[in-house]
Amino acid sequence: MIKVENVIKNYGSVEALKGVSFEVEKGQLYGLIGPDGSGKTSLFRILTSLLIPTGGKASVKGFDTVKDYKSIRKIVGYMPEHFSLYMDLTVEENLQFFATVFNTTVEENYHLIEDIYKMLEPFKDRRAGALSGGMKQKLALSCALIHKPDVLLLDEPTTGVDPVSRKEFWDMLRKLKDTGLTTLVSTPFMDDAELCDEVALIQNGNILTIDTPANVAAKYPHKLWKVETENNYKTLKALDNFEEKISAFSFGHSVHLATNDNVPEKAIREHLLKSNIKVDKIEPIKASIEDVFMELMR
Amino acid sequence: MQRIIYIVQKEFKQIFRNRMMKPMLFIMPFVQLAVLSYTADFTVKDIRIYVQDQDMSPLSAKLTSKIKASDNFTLKDVSYTYDEGFNKIQDNEIDVILSIPEHFSRNLNANRKTELFITADAINSTKAGISINYLQNIIHDFQIEEAQSKGLIEIKPGINTIKRDWYNPGLDYKFFMVPGILVLLVTMLALFLSGMNIVREKEVGTIEQLNVTPIRKYQFIIGKLLPFLIIGVFEFTVGLAVALLWFKVPFLGSVGVIYMFTIVYLILVLGIGMFISTITDTQQQALFLAWFFSVIFILMSGLFTPIESMPQWAQDLTLLNPIRYYVEVIRLVMLKGSSFASIKVNFLVITLSAIIINMLAIRNYKKTA
Repeated sequence: MIKVENVIKNYGSVEALKGVSFEVEKGQLYGLIGPDGSGKTSLFRILTSLLIPTGGKASVKGFDTVKDYKSIRKIVGYMPEHFSLYMDLTVEENLQFFATVFNTTVEENYHLIEDIYKMLEPFKDRRAGALSGGMKQKLALSCALIHKPDVLLLDEPTTGVDPVSRKEFWDMLRKLKDTGLTTLVSTPFMDDAELCDEVALIQNGNILTIDTPANVAAKYPHKLWKVETENNYKTLKALDNFEEKISAFSFGHSVHLATNDNVPEKAIREHLLKSNIKVDKIEPIKASIEDVFMELMR
Repeated sequence: MQRIIYIVQKEFKQIFRNRMMKPMLFIMPFVQLAVLSYTADFTVKDIRIYVQDQDMSPLSAKLTSKIKASDNFTLKDVSYTYDEGFNKIQDNEIDVILSIPEHFSRNLNANRKTELFITADAINSTKAGISINYLQNIIHDFQIEEAQSKGLIEIKPGINTIKRDWYNPGLDYKFFMVPGILVLLVTMLALFLSGMNIVREKEVGTIEQLNVTPIRKYQFIIGKLLPFLIIGVFEFTVGLAVALLWFKVPFLGSVGVIYMFTIVYLILVLGIGMFISTITDTQQQALFLAWFFSVIFILMSGLFTPIESMPQWAQDLTLLNPIRYYVEVIRLVMLKGSSFASIKVNFLVITLSAIIINMLAIRNYKKTA
């Protein structure tokens, strides 16, 4: 449904995309996972025909993003990174506006947005500018869906949204997937990635790996430990001269430590005690996508 | 078509929801019309004059009182010394000094040549020039009266000019200025509203969403242009009503011709605004550009200074100035009752420019990031 072949995008001497290739099958919920500045937005702008790639080519439903830009704009539902609906129009007016621009009506495609719009309906006379972040998100999604697109392109839809709304939003995406909609979604949040059918990890304009979230996590090559101590910073410092260490990163209240396979728990505990660090818990854990990402970026 | 109508509706909603827009549309233009029409007056009144009278004769007193009786002058002081008067010019208490020398009366009575000396504060050169002119007229009249009454000279039969000012018999500056200010008002409104509009969508980011829709460039531009055209025509109508009913400016020509020209003119000015909007990225940039053009257009429009008195190169430049054509047309049609035939050239120039600038705006509006 979406095909990206060796796409390069340069802004002057800055290389935003250095030859990116991936493919999204029909009906997939596909995640593009990467930190800020990794090239996600450039890729979305190329796919929506707003940008012309410096090299390579991309197509959506067989339409070339450069040659067939007019067709692309009819079949794509796009939610840009920044909220870009009319703040001074109401919820209902925004929806009607975008329906009309696509030569359709809200009534005709209401079934597509019904679940989402129901949550917005109490505020339908409120101006978009006065909505909360989560509500804005829902409105933007409704507007992107109102013309019954074949492909939904969502550029960091959950950035700046509270955790509850974020979860709701992903539930909606799963439901939309069940209707057969193809969705490409980008996010800097690794836990969003686990909800996708397939993910591509992107960093500095390069794709690091492409697989299902489970396989990506399974690809982790080392033994991984979760180390809980009184102080992450001291722990990381103490682990600097731990011979068996491959990598160590701070993860919330604990430290994720990667070691060679044959290292026993006792060795880690003793090393930390030598540095006078009080250890609460050390346990082996399964790697998450975030761990894989950190490993790939190393 | 439905898309265009919907964009127009959307624009109107946005315009009227903008808190500053209503006062801008409904109050500012009339303040402008009212204030400027009363203040953009080129007649000079209340010229403060100081008479240095060294003659101290009944004749010099007679001249002084003739000046005092004039509408244009206010006699501030009469005295013997020049320095006192000059100090008053320095202190900005008076504008003009008339010096009447010794033996003025004797020389005049003896039919000998005598001289009067005028000093004017030329900080404002226009005012100084006009003041001197008025004063010379009074002195000239005075001279003829004196000569006649004394029978010293007989009136020579010869050229006697009689003046008649057609189309504005009272030389009322308002008849001349009000239509011009109406032009100014309509132009500024149209230029700034349209100039700020598309660039605002760029600044807020809504353009990115809009660009990914199948909306066509011409639909977008027309949808943006129409609401402002309607507002512009409305403003013009109300302004015209004020001009006719309040300022009693005569309207001799055809209403149809004026409206036809106004609509084409508005499309041109809106096109210029749209063009500015497409080449800029922020409202600030657009504002600067719009100001740049409007100041040049206004000062070179013949509204405040006659085009004929500009240097030749500037006169040639005014041929590119849309305001010039509109000012000409509105004055011709309102005051002179000119028909379409006599404004044909202006109409053609404006129509062509409107087509060209709007095509440029449509071409320049890129639906890409």
